[in-house]
Amino acid sequence: MPEKFDVIIVGAGPAGTSCAFVCAKNGLNVLLIERGEYPGSKNVMGGVLYRKQMEELIPEFWKEAPLERPVIEQRFWMMDKESVVQFGYKGLEWGQEPYNNFTVLRAQFDQWFAQKAVEAGALLVNETVVTECLVEDGKVVGVRTDRPDGDVFADVVVLADGVNSLLGKQLGFHKEFRPDEVALTVMEVINLSKDKINERFNLSENQGCTIEIFGDSTKGNLGTAFLYTNKDSLNIGVGTTLSSMIKAKLKPYELLDYLKTHPMVKPFLEGGESAEYLAHLIPEGGYRSVPKVAGNGVVVVGDAAQLVNAIHREGSNMAMASGKMAAETIILAKHEGDFSESSLNRYREELYGSFIMKDLEKYKDATHVFEKYPQYLRDYVPMVNRAASKFFTVDGTPKKDKQKEIMRSVTGEKGTIRVLKDIYRAWKAVK
Amino acid sequence: MHIVVCVKQVPDTKIIKINPKTNTLDRRSAPAILNPYDAHAVQEAVRIKNLTGGTVSVLSMGPPQAVAVIKKSIEIGADRGFLISDRAFAGADTLATSYALSKALEKISMDLEVDMVICGKHAIDGDTGQVGPGIARRLDIPPITNVIEVTRINLPEGNLIVKRKQISGYELIQSELPCLLTVEKDINDIEYAPMPNMIKAARYEPVVWSVSDLGEVDRKQLGLKGSPTIVGKMFTPPKLEGGKMIEGALEEQLNELMDILMERKDLFSFNNSK
Ligand SMILES: Cc1cc2nc3c(=O)[nH]c(=O)nc-3n(C[C@H](O)[C@H](O)[C@H](O)COP(=O)(O)OP(=O)(O)OC[C@H]3O[C@@H](n4cnc5c(N)ncnc54)[C@H](O)[C@@H]3O)c2cc1C
Repeated sequence: MPEKFDVIIVGAGPAGTSCAFVCAKNGLNVLLIERGEYPGSKNVMGGVLYRKQMEELIPEFWKEAPLERPVIEQRFWMMDKESVVQFGYKGLEWGQEPYNNFTVLRAQFDQWFAQKAVEAGALLVNETVVTECLVEDGKVVGVRTDRPDGDVFADVVVLADGVNSLLGKQLGFHKEFRPDEVALTVMEVINLSKDKINERFNLSENQGCTIEIFGDSTKGNLGTAFLYTNKDSLNIGVGTTLSSMIKAKLKPYELLDYLKTHPMVKPFLEGGESAEYLAHLIPEGGYRSVPKVAGNGVVVVGDAAQLVNAIHREGSNMAMASGKMAAETIILAKHEGDFSESSLNRYREELYGSFIMKDLEKYKDATHVFEKYPQYLRDYVPMVNRAASKFFTVDGTPKKDKQKEIMRSVTGEKGTIRVLKDIYRAWKAVK
Repeated sequence: MHIVVCVKQVPDTKIIKINPKTNTLDRRSAPAILNPYDAHAVQEAVRIKNLTGGTVSVLSMGPPQAVAVIKKSIEIGADRGFLISDRAFAGADTLATSYALSKALEKISMDLEVDMVICGKHAIDGDTGQVGPGIARRLDIPPITNVIEVTRINLPEGNLIVKRKQISGYELIQSELPCLLTVEKDINDIEYAPMPNMIKAARYEPVVWSVSDLGEVDRKQLGLKGSPTIVGKMFTPPKLEGGKMIEGALEEQLNELMDILMERKDLFSFNNSK
């Protein structure tokens, strides 16, 4: 007789593990299935973990979790071929409890987090692929794995299987991605000594820095790049929407090579040793791409539900929050003994009432606008660089004349009306 | 039939780094795994159990984290596991290790008599291959090393026939039970474990014994105190230099190789006569 659990959770990323943790803490009988050798072994993230949603699960987690560095400085670069305009914020208050966010290496972090769920009572089975959901009379009743005697049953199955949710597709919740709904990102971990990192990024012990890079980092295509500091390594990565990549005939690894040898970036990496090379998709369709998230006996959380805020590179926190909300719904459903779609739809309501869907709604047009009008990264970033260069070059021209000249060159290139239209469109998309 | 398999948690030496300054293994640089030979030992015990019926127990000595290799053994199909874990065991060489494990085996045997002990050929972090035979000597049962096949088990008569690998060939051996086997990887293929085993392993909590649980033990023979071995030096073998890479199609490679060999005066006697 195959076993029956209260909940089976597919995927031990931040979404699945949060859900497992909360369910197990509340006494539910939980099976967490992960296809990797261990949780995190295959997972990819630029590396910024936000404090808030993690803290709601495990208070003061920073005292024991394997974190790299608390981020005390965030820089934003608008990068051209041989120049960069930057702004940012550095604050020592971010270096003290309760901190703001941290850089992490997912292979270590996910493993630790999953161990917490196990300590709370969840059963974790690694190296096992869930191949399909078992459906009976229109209700998901369990999962089939790739192992002999592989069927396992549960009242609720949680799909936390990440961005390309094959199980979501099997149930018809998901369609195949459109190329503009997903970004392909490649990243590399580069080993570099702690001292060199501190020197190059102007950091002290246990301080971290993140740099988001727009413009020439993607050769003007829709996407971003990042450079984050770990303890004794750097994470550098770049990605664009699949559609931009196809349109511009870009190869992701070529783009990463281009970034690594860019004169503004190269000095940070010099002498570093490449330790790992990873590629992963990011769901960037936003609000409109969020699929059905609850059905009879099944809920969808995290990347599998496309819960990523591409503009603010938030994903892991949304994954955790959605996992927790799903767990709370499942606990209620268990009390009532009702696992139907209408009962589990409470999770959907929670989700739509939370910061997650509010944020996604706020930016629901952003990626689409930037995709449709490529001039923002392609034209305006170089323009801003030229303007800054002109403004800060001391050549005896009065500053007032300089400003006029800059304005003229901006509107001269594109026409005043077009520039105003572009500004209005961008403002509307992110307001 | 009660088979006990001795298993060890080892750093994955495919990945591990040697600290060039101290010439010791940097154990943090590699994940801990079930010693690969031991995995085959467990698999073989499970295969035998499926033929004869009975129980497969696994036994390990190590720190509390070594529970992981017992769980791994349960995945493969072992029924239960014992971990002996105590500060007093720390720093044990093969002599002290085989003493501690034999004491644990005696204790296991008091509860359910042991018919066979299986170990891996050696652990990949030490490569000594001494612990298995050491246990056999202490339990006064025959050790049979480098086994590549358990050919027949004859329970009513209490004996078995196994095939062992020798440098120059194979040997078929009949031995009485109980005996101790150490196995090569060729003995079987590790099977993809069924789902119920995975769930059982996730849930499983092995019995953990400290020294005082083992009954009458001579503490002087345990751990560092009981270990006369001194590691003189550890080093990465120097890279071989020189040599020549022969490339091209197989035919060309063979021709070139033959040409080279034929030119070597010391290799062929007919060249010597020149
Ligand atoms: C390059 C990059 C940079 C990013 N940077 C950041 C950042 O800085 N900050 C941030 O918050 N977010 C970032 N994100 C987004 C973040 O990584 C994701 O939003 C987050 O990991 C989603 O968590 P999840 O648990 O939903 O999915 P995942 O982390 O993808 O976990 C899914 C898990 O399910 C397992 N799985 C999948 N299918 C199966 C199956 N059939 N059977 C069994 N197991 C299965 C997988 O092995 C995996 O462990 C980044 C993403 C990328 C790609």
